[in-house]
Amino acid sequence: MDDGKRLTTLAAMPSKHDGIVVDIRGGRAIRARLGSLGVRPGKRIVKLSEMLMHGPVMVEVDRAQVAVGFDVASRVVVSLSEVGIDSNTVDGKS
Amino acid sequence: MTRILLMGNPNVGKSVLFSRLTGVRATVSNYPGTTVDFLRGFMKLGEDRVEVVDVPGTYSLEPTNKAEEVACELLETGDLVVSVVDATHMERSLYLALELLERDIPLAVALNVWDDARHQGITINMPGLEKHLGVPVVPTVALTGEGVRDLVLRLCEAKADNTHHRSPDERWAEVGRILGLVQQVAHRHHTWLERLGDASVHPFGGIVIAAAMLFASFWVIRLIGETIIGYVTDPFFDHVYAPAILRLSSLLGGEGFWYDVLVGKLIEGEIDYGQSFGVLTTGIYIPFAAVLPYILSFYLVLGVLEDTGYLPRLATLLDNLMHRLGLHGYAIIPTLIGLGCNVPAILATRLLESKRERFIAATLISVAVPCAALQAMVIGLVGARGLQYVALVYGTLFLVWLVLGHILNLAVRGFRPELIIEIPPYRIPPWRSTLLKLRLRVVWFLREAVPFILLGALGISVLDYFGAFDAVARAASPVVTGLWGLPKEAIRALVIGFLRKDLAVGMLEPLDLLTPQLVTGVVVLSIFFPCVASFLVLAKELGVRDLLKAVGLMVVVALLVGGALNLAL
Repeated sequence: MDDGKRLTTLAAMPSKHDGIVVDIRGGRAIRARLGSLGVRPGKRIVKLSEMLMHGPVMVEVDRAQVAVGFDVASRVVVSLSEVGIDSNTVDGKS
Repeated sequence: MTRILLMGNPNVGKSVLFSRLTGVRATVSNYPGTTVDFLRGFMKLGEDRVEVVDVPGTYSLEPTNKAEEVACELLETGDLVVSVVDATHMERSLYLALELLERDIPLAVALNVWDDARHQGITINMPGLEKHLGVPVVPTVALTGEGVRDLVLRLCEAKADNTHHRSPDERWAEVGRILGLVQQVAHRHHTWLERLGDASVHPFGGIVIAAAMLFASFWVIRLIGETIIGYVTDPFFDHVYAPAILRLSSLLGGEGFWYDVLVGKLIEGEIDYGQSFGVLTTGIYIPFAAVLPYILSFYLVLGVLEDTGYLPRLATLLDNLMHRLGLHGYAIIPTLIGLGCNVPAILATRLLESKRERFIAATLISVAVPCAALQAMVIGLVGARGLQYVALVYGTLFLVWLVLGHILNLAVRGFRPELIIEIPPYRIPPWRSTLLKLRLRVVWFLREAVPFILLGALGISVLDYFGAFDAVARAASPVVTGLWGLPKEAIRALVIGFLRKDLAVGMLEPLDLLTPQLVTGVVVLSIFFPCVASFLVLAKELGVRDLLKAVGLMVVVALLVGGALNLAL
């Protein structure tokens, strides 16, 4: 990418990293549902963890935690921040 | 009558506020044509009695599931809306509030969990917010009742402002603009509840916590249930109810159709609730003395687990496994309930979104999830032959659950759900709403499930009177003796299993079965046909077509698994 940021998906990005949601590839229902929980283009999102073997991905957005199934998580396109966040800022303040 | 609607996102304390406003006299209503329930109650507003409705939680007025559709339809029936806003999650709460404001209905805002917001370092400029929204905004703490009086007093100022019509993006932008002006967020450290929250969804640590949590839950459920049975229901049924029925029995003359149906058989001149099989003896005893105590303790523990916020974490942890069975993580809840009693478990499959999921979950529960009463007998009877055989029974049932779930996932067409859930922060359960919920659920069990159990007992006694069981026994004997390797006498136990599974397992005891026969018999009993109460509830929830499919599966699975065990052992 020109600005040096890497595009990835919520499913593929490593845990304990943050990024900005760029796009959600999916229909109206899925966009509305994710959007209402704060997962919308332009929002800062932190991936907290993922369950074993392609289980749900736990994220923090707007000071709240959301669990998203792996398939949905792979449709959320995220522009990854260059450096990982240290554990003190995991609670999502910017 | 004026109807006030409480609307807001899930987990914002709507139900607690509801119980604050209406007191304890609430009723559950089912929204016609759906499986969505909502609460209704009444309160005083000035001199008038007004109706208050706890509308199912929704994130927006553009519905994405059944509960949200019901929320939107209920909105059309209201005269005034209280938008319950979570002060710790202003953004998404305000989105819904703005949507409500765009509708032509008077609105007031309750800024709930106000105390939490203060603790989390969130400051909200209340007059500013009120000015931007143009409707009354009242800070409340529903848990303690703080602000609830003010809210009621200011309901008369509620007004509609349907001058704006925004697109979703414009609405989010407006939310952002308002919050930028009225909200300030300070940094703070994690609390111990949050650390616990993080640990319980850790991929490894979470599983250990889940196992401990479930173990503790079932221990408490048994403890409470057994205490109620030992100190309340059994003494009542032995010392008060039995003598009354014995008197009735002598009035009826001790024989004839009505005697057999109502009282059943006396065992050595006494009523034996386990073996008499009359509508007034076994039929009354089962729902009220054997099942109700467990229902009570089960729903109490379930309510506490729900209100602490643990269940969404458990659902997340197990989503992966449940997905392979065609379900999503939330289906673990009815499955767990099934380990207590299959009847409420099948009813609880209502919380699943699609018909496909409900079918898979209900079928798996009735085939492979043994209820508490059955488990007690299995542990007692099979455990006497060695714990490895108990493990064999459980292992077989678990395997059946996994394999059948996989097959159903591949075979049943329909909507496949995806998990998108909020993980709410851990909370100390608000006892008011936890107890209200317990009471509503128990009343609901009495109204919805008990009539089915009584009906089942009646049906069985009538069939028994006309000798229908002997005909069934003759027809079934090649399968039972040939395929499963069980003696002919076991047939009566299998037939009785239709009424009550634990009793049927008990009837295997005097047959002097070899250990492999006992294991086969117990497993077949668990899989084959649900008890009559579960059967009727299945019929009610699934409809006749899906019921027939489920029953067909049970028969096939019982034939295969019983045959396989007979060959292997």
